[in-house]
Amino acid sequence: MNLHEYQAKDIFRRHGINTPAGEVVTTPAAAEAAATRAGGPVMVKAQVHAGGRGKAGGVKFCKTPAEAREKATAILGMKIKGLTVEQVLVTPAADIASEAYVGIIVDRARKKPVFMVSAAGGIDIEEVAAKTPEKIRYHGVDVRYGLMPFEALELGFFLYNDARLARAAAKVMQQLYAAFMASGCSLAEVNPLVVTPAGDVVALDGKMVIDDNELERRPDLEALRDVSSENPAEVDARNNNLTFIKLEGNVGCVVNGAGLAMATMDLVKYYGGEPANFLDIGGSSNPDKVVNALRIITADRNVKAILFNIFGGITRTDDVANGIVTALKANPLKVPLVIRLTGTNEEIALKILADNGLEASADMDEAVQQAVKLAAGGKAA
Amino acid sequence: MSVFINRDTKLVVQGITGRDGSFHASQMVEYGTQVVAGVTPGKGGQTFDPDGKGARGVPVFNTVEAAVTATGANTSVIYVPPAYAADAIMEAASSGVKLVVCITEGVPVLDMTRVYAFVKERGVRLVGPNCPGLISPGQSKVGIIPGRICVPGPVGVVSRSGTLTYEIVYQLTRAGIGQTTCVGIGGDPINGTNFIDCLEAFERDPETKAVALMGEIGGTDEQEAAEYVRTKMKKPVVGFIAGQTAPPGRRMGHAGAIISGSAGTAAEKIEAFEKCGIGVAKRPIDFVELIKARLT
Repeated sequence: MNLHEYQAKDIFRRHGINTPAGEVVTTPAAAEAAATRAGGPVMVKAQVHAGGRGKAGGVKFCKTPAEAREKATAILGMKIKGLTVEQVLVTPAADIASEAYVGIIVDRARKKPVFMVSAAGGIDIEEVAAKTPEKIRYHGVDVRYGLMPFEALELGFFLYNDARLARAAAKVMQQLYAAFMASGCSLAEVNPLVVTPAGDVVALDGKMVIDDNELERRPDLEALRDVSSENPAEVDARNNNLTFIKLEGNVGCVVNGAGLAMATMDLVKYYGGEPANFLDIGGSSNPDKVVNALRIITADRNVKAILFNIFGGITRTDDVANGIVTALKANPLKVPLVIRLTGTNEEIALKILADNGLEASADMDEAVQQAVKLAAGGKAA
Repeated sequence: MSVFINRDTKLVVQGITGRDGSFHASQMVEYGTQVVAGVTPGKGGQTFDPDGKGARGVPVFNTVEAAVTATGANTSVIYVPPAYAADAIMEAASSGVKLVVCITEGVPVLDMTRVYAFVKERGVRLVGPNCPGLISPGQSKVGIIPGRICVPGPVGVVSRSGTLTYEIVYQLTRAGIGQTTCVGIGGDPINGTNFIDCLEAFERDPETKAVALMGEIGGTDEQEAAEYVRTKMKKPVVGFIAGQTAPPGRRMGHAGAIISGSAGTAAEKIEAFEKCGIGVAKRPIDFVELIKARLT
């Protein structure tokens, strides 16, 4: 789960990181009032879960409160990478002498949190990694000991020659590590970490990604979720314990298991179609899940055919069949349905379907080809 | 032969009285796995009855250590809720078992950073978490892989997925191609056993003649596996990557199945396979012909 900049900065502040104060507002008038309270030039910054906010025109420098109102009017409601800006952060503008990058990710290969630091801050770190990898220093942390002071100082000296600045940066790294661990993050970054002309080290922008697996045991983190920034169908799916990701194609897919769901989407593409979604109904076999899955998929007007691909292991295929029948009785489909189903209790499932005038294929390739054809307006084979 | 589990596997089931644990403990007993003990704190002294007939009762203990001491269990399988899974793995690793298989999905990744260091230090093999476990057809099953889709034979199977593995194993079985061992290593970003660990084991196993490997988007485990195949393996390998149509930056169900920026795409993994002499299955069904060609 991504946090907004202002949420990440709140967490930074709680861990002692020096980051500018700010107010989150949703109207131009409130932006003007916040700028007045700030008492000097401010930045008005779009709060959306998208990179490249600055390039998209979502971050503006404002000399006066009136200008803050004007810029907020332009930014609120604008779309950045398809996401509507609902709120802006009004924060005092800082003078910048230099910009650095400090980030922590959970590194899959090293199986530990790894610091990435670079004196080339303020820009996309992936770009730095690709073009000038020597400008980045990596450091894996042994979680049993945490980030030790000497390690933090080594990283500090990689950023700054000046000992006072290196020490200040080292302190930020220890604070960021504490914030990262305490918030169940998979990523935390300060970009840029700036030095002001007065010599202060300040976290000017921040980002945090919380590991979704933390949320169940951490209601305090779950409370930071901004549902308005998500696709409503995806929120609906999550509330019903389904994993759903909307895509642009026209073949709706209902599958059990993430790997098989991806492979099914790939096979749709292989046979010349485009998947409309990723949807994993999971391992447990609850007919309600199927009902909800069909409701969510049929709400997408792009969907021209629906494909079920169920391999019953733990999932009992008769439960899936019952779910399909229940869903169709409540809401008859307007688009063709192709069912592939095999595995646990398949004889019972096929009988349930047959009793309700439905057929199922046992073959994945055959079913996918048929769904692709039907979505394109063809007739069933 | 087989890898990691065989007829001598003596299993302790952590979470044996829970909904998933009890169901799958029964399934494993029915398959023929030696399920020697169960663990549920607070239910020590009870007996778990896998088939309701009272003849094959499994003793339940409060701790894994007590279970191992009393029964000589050498392997543990874990079906406990995600918040307790890390502790359950470390408890098992401290008890003397040599192999720990964690089925649980949803273990926080920072928990896994501690767990990984802990099990490595003790020389214990962890498979998972978020995995379907292992099966050596005709010998032993540890986890949730449906027994009836597998038959003994010459192919080693290793995969990050559950149902996709069942799909491919089922296709192989239908074509008359059996398996030495199927290992589901799990869909999480940090797991105990990776592709290379399994490839090494299959390369050593005299009965494994070819390997089927199912990867997916996210991370670099497949690329490293490809390099291992090129430099260290004599046995043929056929591979598949799921997620060619997955959008970047989205977690595709599995916590580990995410393209970060431009890294971890299906295209780069398939390219690595091709470079390293791994046969690439474009569709799951392609495994059948590709494996057949390499077995003759």
